[in-house]
Parts: sequence; structure tokens; C-alpha cells
Amino acid sequence: MMGIRTHLSPPGLLFAILGLAALLAPFMTLAANRIVAGDGIVAWRVAGPAITVPGVAAVMIGLAMGLVATWTRLRLLGAVFGLAGLLWLLSRSAPILLTQAGEYARVSPAAGFWCLLVIFMLLMADALAALKPGPFMRAVLLFAVLAALVLVLHSGLLSDLSVLQEFSSRRDAFFTEFQRHLGLAFGSLAAAALIGFPLGILCHHRAGLQGATLPVLSFLQTIPSLAMFGLMIPILGWVGNTVPGAQAIGIAGIGFAPAFLALLLYSLLPVVGNTVAGLAATPPAALEAARGMGMTPRQRLLRVELPLGLPIILTGLRIVLVQNIGLAVIAGLIGGGGFGTFVFQGLNQTATDLILLGALPTVVLALTAAILMDTLVELTRRIPEETA
Amino acid sequence: MKIGLILRPVLIALLLALVLRPDWFVPIFAPFAPAGGPVIYQRASMLSLSLSHLGIVALASAAATIVAVMLAILVTRPAGAAFRPLSRTITNMGQTFPPVAVLALAVPALGFGAGPTLVALFLYGLLPIFENAVTALTNLPRATMEAARGIGLSRWQRLLRVELPLALPVTLTGIRLSIVIALGTATIGSTVAARTLGEVIIAGLLTNNTAYVLQGGLIVGLFAVLIYDALVQLEAYLLGRMGG
Repeated sequence: MMGIRTHLSPPGLLFAILGLAALLAPFMTLAANRIVAGDGIVAWRVAGPAITVPGVAAVMIGLAMGLVATWTRLRLLGAVFGLAGLLWLLSRSAPILLTQAGEYARVSPAAGFWCLLVIFMLLMADALAALKPGPFMRAVLLFAVLAALVLVLHSGLLSDLSVLQEFSSRRDAFFTEFQRHLGLAFGSLAAAALIGFPLGILCHHRAGLQGATLPVLSFLQTIPSLAMFGLMIPILGWVGNTVPGAQAIGIAGIGFAPAFLALLLYSLLPVVGNTVAGLAATPPAALEAARGMGMTPRQRLLRVELPLGLPIILTGLRIVLVQNIGLAVIAGLIGGGGFGTFVFQGLNQTATDLILLGALPTVVLALTAAILMDTLVELTRRIPEETA
Repeated sequence: MKIGLILRPVLIALLLALVLRPDWFVPIFAPFAPAGGPVIYQRASMLSLSLSHLGIVALASAAATIVAVMLAILVTRPAGAAFRPLSRTITNMGQTFPPVAVLALAVPALGFGAGPTLVALFLYGLLPIFENAVTALTNLPRATMEAARGIGLSRWQRLLRVELPLALPVTLTGIRLSIVIALGTATIGSTVAARTLGEVIIAGLLTNNTAYVLQGGLIVGLFAVLIYDALVQLEAYLLGRMGG
């Protein structure tokens, strides 16, 4: 009894129970057109047994492989197996379901699919966490997952799904908004760094300035995003109308400028706060040594304080980047572009696929940015330790 | 500190006036309204929207607090230790999910209205509370725990009388983060037909009426700033009491 229990992974058991429950939920939805709600179909009814039996079996085997506590690689393989099963079911059944339905019919993954997808990704993450990959390995894994995703999407395996039909009818708009979204998120990050680093360094040296700046910035951070984006409209509208030449460079009440400024204001606290914290974290002994070597304050800052504080400063940039990728969605409401355009269009038209077309890439983008920045933070943290 | 003493009552008074007597602000907002258009949002009273907004936030945050603290207690017991790496992964990854995306993704599953907003607020609110509660429960002073064991307290007694009270301030920081995010996300909830103050801002954006945007934006912003401030004060008070 004891022996069996030690070989069972408790999270694996949880995944198996949840996974079996998710298999009972509707796996696909078939709707008459893109607006109406569809009918759910469970996994073993989406197609003939030649398709459903191997698919469902792969999902169950994947869940079973996740149960083994002692062999982490087997759990990882189980996750891959399960994901392959999901992909198989999805790609094989979609064309069959569509041929039985009308011309405008839409087929999309339903709750059961999404739950199983999350479960297998968690199983994969749980197994990977136990393997403890180094920063380079994690970056490689991330790119492998992204490459697999792009490959699957590009291969046309899933092109019968309604989200991808929505995509193919908006291909150009999608890439324009994608660029817009990246421009908003990275542009405001760059501007925040440009203002925030010097401000943080100044705050580090003058306690009075720090006491005045940080509370103001943290109150800015608490203002709800929709209110912040909205309040930028009259302010920038006024600037655009009164300052000569402002409109010529694109400053107006709606569009890119207010969205950019709102994101910039949200970005300042993490950048300034973490710069201050990073500089303050310099070990007193290192500062003492630098002073003893006769370094000027400027040299101390550039050669000692900044390099040692780099991981904390980069963590601030990570917070900003992930936060801005998410907040840039709101720009869609004030004509600022980005993936939010699809999300809010979709909400207005009650077109679920359009919502997904905006929301899913945002989530993937945010996750990718988080993992990449974490890797970067870890790399900078290792250097001082190795040289020390 | 002194600025706070003057500013706080002024901001509270301003917020109360904006919510209870919006008509007083007609001269201020009028220049922002389109010519001949309405200046003050009339389709619903500010009070009812505020109450609905705060109600949704309170309900979701209360549920999130209860569930998150229970889960945190669970994974910090020996029996739940196997779930700790998984829970860390979930909180790390979950917090990179944009709140707007969580809200948008809840709509296909739950339809329009207050439902998806509540669920999105609840799910998103779990993460900071859980994270902080786990941090607090795993970093308890060892000497105190030894002492609690030494005087013969049972597991339950230790949890209720020692661990949870000691973990309260850090957990409260998580609750504050969660409430601030919930206030903001609830504002966006009006795009999925939840009755919140975001309705006023959205109406302003749709009809190009900046007066509405200002009115809604100011009320929401003031609520967020004042609630944040009140929770910071509460944390400082609790920390002070525990230190003394």
C-alpha cells in the first residue's frame, strides 16, 4: 500500500480525475453560423470510431502517464502524448462535422477541449519544473513550443476551426494590429525606461525626491485602466488643439497617443521603484571597496551599483512588459489599435471567435514575454555570482 | 503624511459629491460635452452604479480571499506539499494572463452580464492572495512555531491562533493587490454588460462625449485610490499592533 502511494504523483492524480471529467464535457461546438450559440458534442461522438478511439485513447494514456511520480520524463512524454491526441481529435473531426452541416456552419473547440488543453499544459509545466531546466534550456523549450504552434497553425491542420476562419478573413488586419500591439507595449516600455532610469537614479541619491515620487507613481498605478485611458482623451485632445504642431506628429484625443501615454504612466512605477530597489541592494562591502579603490560616484554607479542591481532592474522591466501587453488591449476601446480591436469588436457583435482572435494571441504574447524576461533576469543574476 | 491628512478628506468629499450630487459638476464638465449634448450621465444614477460596482468587487474578492487562503493552508501542510511546485507554476503563469483577456475568455463560456465579470474577478483575484498567503505561511518565525508546539498547542490551535494571525499582514497585502485589480477589471466588465461605473466611460467613448468619460473616470479613479489608501492604512495599523 505504502509502496504504491509513493509512486503516485498527487498532482498527476488530480490531473487524471479532472481530465476524465473534462472528457465528459462537450469537446467541440457546431453552430449554424458565427453569431448563434452552437450545440456541444462530446469527444467520442465528434467523428467515427476510426478517429475518436485513437484520439480518446491517446488522451487517457497521456493522463495515465502523468500519474507516475518517480519518472519525470515519462510524465513529460504523457503531456506530449495527450496534446497530440487533442490535436488529432480536433483536426480530424472538424472537416467531418462541417460536411454534415450547412454552408455557414462554424465548428470550434468547446469547454472540454480547453480544459484538457490546460490540464496537459499544467502536467507539462509540473514535469518541467521537476526537471529544473537552466535558463538556456528554458529558452530553447519555449522556442520549440512556439515553433510547434506556428507549424500546426501554418500547416492548415486546424484551418476548419472558426477562429482560424476568422483569421483568414482578416489576415492583413491581424498583422497590422499585431504590429500596433507590439508598438504600444514595447514603445511605452522604451519610453518608460528612458524616463524611469534617470528618475530612479536621482531618487536613489535624494531621499526627499524618492519620498515624493514613489507614492504618486503608486497611486497612478491603482487608477483603473479604463479610467486612465479615458482621462487621457481630454488631456491629449487639449494638447493637440492648443500646442502648435502637436497634431502634425499624431497627438490627438483618440488613437495611438492617449493609449501610449496611459501605458507609459502605468510603466513608471515598476521601472523607477525597481531601479531604486536595485541600486539600494548593493552590498555595503562592495560600495566600501569601490570607495576605497578611489572610484568617483559616477564610476561607482556605472561599474558597481548598476551591474549589481541589474537583475532587480530587469525584473521591473519584466513586470512592465507583461503588464503593458495586457493593458494594450484596452487601447482597442479608444481607437489605439492592437489586439483589443478584435476583442471589443467581437464583444459588440457577440462573435466569440473574434474575441478569441484578439485574446488568445495576447495571452501567448504575454506568456512568451514573461518566460523570456525571466530567463534574462536569471542570466544577469548568475554573472555576478560567478565572478565573485 | 501631512499632505495625506489634508488631501484625504478633500478627495473623499469630492468623491461623495461626484456620486451623490453629479449636477453640481455641470459647469465643470460642460466644456467637454458635445455642443447641445448631455453633460451628466442620466441613464442610471451614479449611486446605483457605484453600489453595483463595489458589490461585484466585494463579492468576488471575498470569495477569492476565502478560497485562496484555504488553498494556501492546504499546500503549506505536509499532506499538500506535493502540490506546491504546481501551485507556484499556476500563480506565476496565471498572473501573466492579462485581466482583460480573462474577462474576454469568460464570455464565450458564461455569456454576457455580471457572471463572466464575477468569475474573471474571482479567478484573477485568487493569485495575489494565494501567493502572499503561501509566502507568509512558509516564512513564519521558527522560534514562535517551536514555542507554540512546546506549550502543547494542537495543529488546529497552532493554525488558528499562531500561523494565521502572523500571516495576516502579508496576506492583506495580497488582498489589497487583488482588490485594486478587481476594481479595474470590473470597470472593463461593463463592456460585457455588467452594471459597473465603466458603463459611464464606455457611453462617453461610444458617443464621443468626453464629459461622460471624465465623470466616470474621476469616480472610478477616486474609488480606487481611496480604497487602496484605506487598505494601506489598515495594513500599517495591523503591523504596528503586532510589533507592539
